[in-house]
Parts: sequence; C-alpha cells; structure tokens
Amino acid sequence: MTPLAGAGPLVDVHVHFQHEASGRSDWREANARRLAYGERIGITLHIASILGSWGHTSPTYVPSPDDVSEGNEAMRAIAVEHPGLVRCYTTVNPNFTAHALKEIAAGAERGALGIKLAASRRASDALLDPICEEAARRGVPILQHIWQHRRGEVPGQEISDALDLMALAARHPTVRFILAHIGGGGDWAHSLRALPDAPNIWVDLSGSGVDRGMLELAVASVGPGRILWGTDLTMDTGLAKLRALTSMGLSEDDLASIRWKNAAKIFRLTTISQQP
Amino acid sequence: MSHQTLTDHNALIGGYPFRALPDPSPARLVAEMDRLGIGAAWTGHLPSLWYRDAAAGNDELFAALAPWRPRLLPVPAVNPVFPGWEREIERAHGERCPAVRTYPSHFGFTTAGAAMGELTAACAEAGLVLVLTMRLEDGRQRSRLDVVADLIGADVRNTVRSHDAVRLLVTNADRAIVEEVHWGSTPAESSRIRWDISWIWAAPEDHLQHLYRTVGRERFVFGTHFPLRLHENALARLELAE
Repeated sequence: MTPLAGAGPLVDVHVHFQHEASGRSDWREANARRLAYGERIGITLHIASILGSWGHTSPTYVPSPDDVSEGNEAMRAIAVEHPGLVRCYTTVNPNFTAHALKEIAAGAERGALGIKLAASRRASDALLDPICEEAARRGVPILQHIWQHRRGEVPGQEISDALDLMALAARHPTVRFILAHIGGGGDWAHSLRALPDAPNIWVDLSGSGVDRGMLELAVASVGPGRILWGTDLTMDTGLAKLRALTSMGLSEDDLASIRWKNAAKIFRLTTISQQP
Repeated sequence: MSHQTLTDHNALIGGYPFRALPDPSPARLVAEMDRLGIGAAWTGHLPSLWYRDAAAGNDELFAALAPWRPRLLPVPAVNPVFPGWEREIERAHGERCPAVRTYPSHFGFTTAGAAMGELTAACAEAGLVLVLTMRLEDGRQRSRLDVVADLIGADVRNTVRSHDAVRLLVTNADRAIVEEVHWGSTPAESSRIRWDISWIWAAPEDHLQHLYRTVGRERFVFGTHFPLRLHENALARLELAE
C-alpha cells in the first residue's frame, strides 16, 4: 500500500519518544503509536530525542544531568531496537558543561546523529559555545528548541528565538543548526524574515501550527534547500504540511530536498531505507 | 481519497487584521474544495468580527457568496447587543442559511447574560445552529493588538444552557475544552453541541479517536478554519483517525 505521504524516502528530523522514567504509564503504547503512524505516513527515518524525564523528576526543558543521561540511554536503546528506522540526538543541558560534553561523546560512540538543545540556556549564551565546538569537531548538527519571536520570558523555559540562534550560529559558522518547529508556536514570520542571512541554519517544519502562508514564506525566505520536514508532537500536521507543499508547485527535486535530501546532507547520512 | 460528500463547517472568507492571508476569497475557497474534493462549506465573514455593525459585514458576505451558492452556504454574524440583530436572524432564516455565528468576546457581551439568552432563543425558533469560535489563532503567536480573550468552556456551557432547544456548533476547540464541556453538561445539553475537528489532534496522541469513543463520533463534524489554516490539516486528521 502506498504511504499517505507518497512513496520515497521521508526523514522526520524532529521526533520524541517516551520512556519508563517519563512517568507516563502508556509510554510503550505511545512509542508504538508513533512508529505505526510513521509507517502509515511513510516515514523512513525518525531522528529522535528524549528530554530527560519529560518533567516527571525534573523539568522538561531544564532537565537534571541524571535525567538527561537516563533519557539519552533510553533513546539509544530505542534506536538499537529499530535499526535503520530510528536514529537519535543526544540531549544536553548546557548549564552542566562537563556532563554535556560527556553525553555528547557517549552518544557519538553509539551512533547519535546530532545534538538536541531544549530550553535550558538561551541560545546566544556563551555556555553554548563548548557544545558547538564539540559539534564542529564531530561534524554533527544541533537541533535548537525555538519559540518563534521571543517577546518576554516564559514559565518553565529559558526560551530562544531565531535572533538568539543566529547570534550563536554566527559564532560557529561551520556548525549546522536546525531551528526547531517553525509551526511550534509564536510568530513564524519573525523567524522566517530573519533567516535569509543565516546560511548555517535550517528550518524544521514541525509543530502543530498549520497556518496558511507559513510554507510559502518558508520557501521564499530560506528556499527548499534549507527546509527540513518534521513532526514533533503532532504527526497529522506534519502530513498536512507535506501535502500542502506538494500542492504548491515545487519541483520534484525541491520536494525531495525537503522530504529527505537536506536531512541526508546535514546529518551526513549514507543510506536511508525506504518503506516496503 | 474522495471527500465529495464532506461539508466544511468552519470556513470563512475575507482578510484578517493581524497577518496577511494567501487569497482568502470565495473563489480560492472553492478552488481548494475542488482540489481536495470537498462538497460544500458553511462560510462566514472574517472581517465581521471587527465591525461594530455586523449586519454590514453580512451584506458583504451575501454579496460575495452569491455566485457560489449553494456550494458555499452563508453563515452570517449576529451581534445581539447591537440594534437590528433580530433582522439578521430573519435574513439568515429567509436565505436558508444553516447557521449564524456570534463572537461574544469581539462583540462585547457575556455568555451568561440576557443577550445570549435572547440570541439562543431566536436561533432555536428560526431553526438556526449557533456557531461559537473558541479562538482564531494559536495564543502564542497573537499580535500585540489582538487583545480579545479566547472563549473558554464556561462560555459554551452558558450558551447551551441559555435555551433548551438551541443547537450549537463549537469550532476550534481542543480535546481539553471538549471534555470539560461534555462531562460538565447533562446528556441532554451535550446532545445539542457539535464540535469541528480542526483543532483536535489525531496522531500520534489520538485525541480525536479518544473523543470519538468517549463523546461520540456523531458529535464531530469536519471543519478546516480556512483561510487561516491549511485545508490539508483537517483532512489528514480525518484520515489518520480512521
């Protein structure tokens, strides 16, 4: 049966899984549902992270080092369980530099494709520099949680917006950054108007937002070569955005770039399996 | 997949003050419906939310939809605290509209007051569904100038309780609101409420499927929230919830 998103490789660059320590009694079912929906949609590779204990024993966006380690370990176990279908980011809390660097090393040894920064420290902060230097050394991208247009502080997060990430990206021009979930809340136009001049930042389309006009502005602002497809918490909106992109008149090559080629490039993937 | 029998219960036409919308015209709405195989749309008028005199917005709505009827069914706005609103009910009835929309926060009246009671009574008598819109945009992206409060569950409960024959369609509600209202209402009250699916997550958390089981599939209708949101979103939800 043809997948809902059509045939061909499809990489979801913004995926989360649950684990036992996250406090959700249905964590196994939640993970199974994500994989089952992924199969229906036609996702050929999930690049995923776990943010500590998801708030169960320390805050989601400011996880304790122990929770970060446990979450990363659980994430790697899921990737091992689904070879070729699930790969992982290493989540770090930059407030604990030595721990973060140790986690990145542990993840790299076991096949992590990138680094996930939540909202533990503003993206422009100097404490993110050692993380970026390590990313540069290892040649892996960084996925940065973003609130589109930060207009103040938000409870539970030290939020960053595109301008904060651009300040970091300018200091680390050889690192490839992913601006998370353009549909994940906030003023997406603010981010997209800022990003044309940030060549080492890619935009991930994930998030529950499905505003008309967002995809058109994304294509116009950064071009199909810097757009990555993803879902985050809502896979239905991911499917919707993919179908809307298809209807926008993009070339087959541009669509393939958004579906998987850009991801293959920045994650340096050598093979991407296709769904049967 | 063909959706030719689908009716979009949550469409609007016209511009929005806080951001540019790609072509919000009835022609574009029909083009999207043709592209995706959607049969008909209950269609309101977005600028009317900001008009003091909603009747003037209704004039624009009826004129704009005239070439597209009966595929686009007008759903005019009614402001029950502005003179002449009763004539808008009569006009909607005479024009065979399926429903009318009201916006308590924008029009400046409380759902617990007499005005809502008078409106729901008039809707019930005219056989018109009353549409409440919980929100227009994600609260995290709203303009500084967009200071009107979203509706909350209490507004829906107040409205359904204000007349025992009024039928409601509530748009842009999420699972939490649906559940709060459903389990906070009597079965008789709940039976008079329908919800559109445009704001209810389907995958992977299965909110829509859960509500089908607990609230009842018959309580949910297809809606897109055009021109603010992608048509593909509601269709994907419908498809993934099966």
